[in-house]
Order: sequence, then C-alpha cells, then structure tokens
Amino acid sequence: MSDVQPFLVFPNPAPPELIQMLDLTGWAWRACGDDIAARRDEPDDGWGGAIVVADQNPEGAFAMCRALRKNDRPLEPLLLFVSGAQLTELDLRDDLYDDFCLWPFQPREFEARLKHAMWRSGRSARAEVIEHSGLVLNLETYQAAINNQPLDLTYMEYELLKFLASHPGKVFNRETLLSRVWGYDYFGGARTVDVHIRRLRAKLGEEHANLIQTVRSVGYSFGQSRWG
Amino acid sequence: MERQQEYVLRTVEERGVRLIRLWFTDVLGQLKSIAISPAELDAVFDEGLQFDGSSIDGFSRVQESDVLARPDPGSFELLPWARTDEPTALMFCDIENLDGSPFEGDPRQVLRRNLRKAQDKGYTFFTAPEVEFFYFADGDPSKEPQPLDRASYFDLTTLDVASDLRRRTLHMLEALGIPVEYSFHEDSPSQHEIDLQYSEALSMADNVMTLRLVVRKIALDAGVWATFMPKPLNGVQGSGMHTHLSLFRGEENVFYDPSEEDNLSAVARSFIAGLLVHAREMTAITNQLVNSYKRLNEGYEAPQYVSWARNNQSALVRVPVAKRGKAQSTRIEYRAIDSATNPYLAYSVLLAAGLKGIEEGYPLPTEAKGNLFEMTVAARAELGIRPLPDSLDRALEEMEGSELVRETLGEHIFEWFLRNRRSEWREYQRQVTPFELNRYLPIW
Repeated sequence: MSDVQPFLVFPNPAPPELIQMLDLTGWAWRACGDDIAARRDEPDDGWGGAIVVADQNPEGAFAMCRALRKNDRPLEPLLLFVSGAQLTELDLRDDLYDDFCLWPFQPREFEARLKHAMWRSGRSARAEVIEHSGLVLNLETYQAAINNQPLDLTYMEYELLKFLASHPGKVFNRETLLSRVWGYDYFGGARTVDVHIRRLRAKLGEEHANLIQTVRSVGYSFGQSRWG
Repeated sequence: MERQQEYVLRTVEERGVRLIRLWFTDVLGQLKSIAISPAELDAVFDEGLQFDGSSIDGFSRVQESDVLARPDPGSFELLPWARTDEPTALMFCDIENLDGSPFEGDPRQVLRRNLRKAQDKGYTFFTAPEVEFFYFADGDPSKEPQPLDRASYFDLTTLDVASDLRRRTLHMLEALGIPVEYSFHEDSPSQHEIDLQYSEALSMADNVMTLRLVVRKIALDAGVWATFMPKPLNGVQGSGMHTHLSLFRGEENVFYDPSEEDNLSAVARSFIAGLLVHAREMTAITNQLVNSYKRLNEGYEAPQYVSWARNNQSALVRVPVAKRGKAQSTRIEYRAIDSATNPYLAYSVLLAAGLKGIEEGYPLPTEAKGNLFEMTVAARAELGIRPLPDSLDRALEEMEGSELVRETLGEHIFEWFLRNRRSEWREYQRQVTPFELNRYLPIW
C-alpha cells in the first residue's frame, strides 16, 4: 500500500476523523494546505485523487479545487465534503468535483463513494488483494486464505495480518503496530500485540507461522526471512 | 466497533455461516449459549438480544428479569468443530440491562469494570493459567470415578487414548487462536494439564471458558469424561488452576526492577502483599465448591497457608525467580485457585487485591522458606502465617466481612453468591457420607 499513489487531502492539518478513516480502510494520503503545497508535495507518479473538506474554510477549499482541476493533469477523482448549510454553494461549481459528501460524514457512505469515484475514473489507489507465499488476503471481502484454505481469523487478527502483509520486509515495533492497527483510541498495552501475533501464528499453522518474524528487541516483520 | 461488526457480518456472509452461538457465563462460571441465525445478526448488533435472565444462575432479581446479550465482535471465531455444511460461529457477550447499562449479574462485566479501574491507573493485567483436569471412563456419579489408566478401554491402550485426546485438544485450541502447552501428569492417574500462554485477563477468562468446553467436547466425542472437579479422587492431588499474574504499563513490566537485588519491583511487592492480606476473603471465589476444600486440605501442590516464597511449592504465592534481562517474564503465581472457579470473578478479585496492596503500599511479609506443611503451629504463628479457610463455610464467613470483595463483585453478585453457596453448604452438611457409614456403622 505504501507504493500506491496517495490522496491529496485538504486542509492541512487534515481532520483526525478523516485520517483515521483513510488509515483504517487502507488508503494512502498526504495533507496539503494550498495549491503551492499541492504542487510541491506531489509524488512523481502524481496524486491518486483528492479529498477536499470545505467545512471550515470554503474559500480556501474551492480555490484548491479550482487549482487542482486547472492543473496540467486535471486531478480526478475529486471528492468534496461540505456541511449541510453549504449545499447551496455547490451551484454552478459542478466542474470542480466528481462527487460530494456531507460533513460530518458517515464512514460507510464515504467509503462507498470513494470506491465508486475511483472506479469511475478507472483507477485504483488501493490494493484489493494482497498475495505473499501462498497467503492471499482479499481486502474487499475481509477473507484470508493460505494455500487456498480459508483462515478463520478474528477481526484484530485479520487487521494485524493485513497491515504486516501490506508492508513485507518492514520491521514494526509494538507501539507502531498498536497505533496503526488498533487505532488512536486504544488504551491497552503493547503486550497485546505479542498476544495477537502468537494467535495469528497458531492459526497460520506450523508450516506458515514463520511468515511473521520476530525481530529481537525491536518488533515484528512479515515475509522475507533473513535468507531471502 | 462499527468496522469490527462489518467484518463479522461480511465473514458470516462470505463463509456461509448458518448459526451464530452467543456465549455468556453465569455467576458460578457455567457457559451458556443462545443460537441465532445470520438474518438476526444485524439487529442483534444494533439492539442486543433480549432474553429472560431469571433461569440463569445469579441473573434473577426482584423486578425486571429481562436482560440484553450484546455480542462482542472482537471475540468472533468460527467453530472449528462445526460440520462443513453448517459453518457455525461464536461470539462472547456482555450482558446489559434494558437501558444499555452493564448488568450487575454478569461476571464478564464485573471483570471489565475492574480492568477499567486498573487501566485508569495505567495498568494492563495479564494472566496465564495452568489448567488441570482428569479424564475418567464416564461421568456417572453413582460409581467411583475410573481413571483411564486403570480402565481397560476399548481395545486401545490407554496411552493411545490419552495421546489422541491430547493431539485433538491441542489442534482445536490452536484453531481457536489459543496457543497452549499441553502436558500430562505422571503422578496422578489420568490427570492432564494445559498451560495457556499469557494474555490480557478478559480474553484469558474467555479462553478458559472455551478451553473447558473444548476439553469436555473432545472427551465426549471419544467416549470418555473430562472433569474440572477440584478433587475427584482420594489420596492423589486435585485439579488446580495455578495462575501467573503480571502487570504492564505500556511495554513495561512493572513487576520488574533491575535495581532491586531480586529484580522484583516495589509495585510487585505491594501487589503480592495485597494478595496475601486479602487471600482469606477471596478464597470462596477462587475455590467455590464444597469439594474445593478437599484439595486445599491435603497438601500435594495445593497451598494451605497464606504465605509467599520464591521456590517453595507449599506457598500460596510463588515468585518464579526473574532472570536478569528477562524483564518481560517477571510474574507471580497464585496457587490456591482451582479448575472449577469462575475465571471472570477470580481474576477480578485477584486484581483488586493486588491493586489494593499497591494503593495502600502494604509491606511484604518475610518469605516462607521452610516447608509450611511440616512446621509446627507455633512456628507458623511466630512467622504470622495464617491458614487459608479450610471449608467452604469458613471461606464464606471470611468473604462476608470483606469490603474489598463486596466492592469488586458488586452488591448483586456478592449477595447472590453468598446465598447460593451457603445453601449448598447446608445441603452438604445434611448428607450422611460414605466416610461416616464406613467408620461408624460397623461399630456404633
């Protein structure tokens, strides 16, 4: 997931509930406060799309939309968030966005609109399937299988495996895993990570338990054993 | 929470789950189950499942008897023993009042409440039990229990039966995400032990409930009977559930302190002191059956005295020596608790007693170095070592006077438990036992 095109998110800093949603659903993103930042921070292979929240600063938001659309490569899809009171401001601005959503948002509605907008623009900024040495994770259906045998996972086991498997070879410490997988509002201890790793290994079975490597006094990594 | 529910709903759909078992536990620690169909699941997540609690031990109350079962989507598992044409899933439930507040009679809510208290102080509580149990030829109470090792069993040798049971139990528990170490006792006939690797206390209590079911189920499938009764046989050791306890603050094990000679922190010392000060009051919870005291009365590895030690199998609290550099595994072991306890309530009182010790800064008494069973009464008295209650009756008396246990369990469970256990004790007292017949009938 780290090597897909990220979304441009306005404003900067981005609203925390939006970030959490994007992180949880596996979309990459970068926050930009104006069109200068948008040009400066643009990845080499371009933005995956844009999510603009007009709620607090409508002038800045519409200016950002205009700048992105008048780019050499007009940016799409562009998903615009407006508050209920701002709906009238959408008049005559149809060219500035591909779809819009009410702020504050319903996570499921937002996710569905985002996916649909991506589909319509013929792009996919998110891996739908992760494959690694016999392990297949289908992000669409939440199902995991190893050598075509379905794995029976709990939600947290699935999320942990998904996170590790989307960053093969990278080493994560417990605190990072805790904040990225369990989320910002989890208060349990980092030992929880060890417990879940053990459970995951138990379910992967003896043969595949070593897909998750313990990196001594650091944390855990997925795949790529030290031999290769 | 919403995404967890979505995960559960999606998995139910993708895997063609036909039945969802909602599990919860009554006050004495018996697992209860209500099955629902996938069609009901969405509504049950939203509103909970309403049922009449009056038929559940410890759930009954004077006015409203209806309660809500609210499934915990984080505990969702597919049942590995379900038929392949009828995939079945399970979820543990919290029980709520109709207004959505936690139901006072639900042991899982009691443990949740106590864990939250610990969390408010920055602590996470981990436990690792060693669960002992016996396999017998059957569960018929009218006969003496027949250990497998002595029973001639089908045409298999007993070793085959035991190793088959062991393999299947291990496999099933691992499929449920419960990593274990399994061993099998040489000293008591047909006694086995499963050690669970440490986990946060709430999911561990869930695991203990699952483990009991799995062990029983696999035994039944093989035509034998598994029992967690604390002392099923005369003259051999009973079934304990020694539990290792540790307290973490984030990644840091707060029981460990390298600057102390024995690597045991001040927090650990006060925690142990808390367990010792309140041990007698909580014994009725950790050892809740009349039969529990047959185990505690007869040495072997079961403690009889309120004491602690590093390497002394007769002590109530044992502190495995922490090796330098092995900070994370610093822990203490509570040895009175038996396999028939309600793990939610037992872990609640153990945690509360330990936290009380930390809060009040209780001093740790001297380590008990000698064999406590062999010491004279006077020698023990000199060391200030008191006995644990030697009967359910005494344990209930101790518990009744305990503010700590009352507060930890909440009024509802505290009162119900005392009433229920007292009535069991009275019933037992009225029984004429084989012991009396054997001893008195021939000569009096």
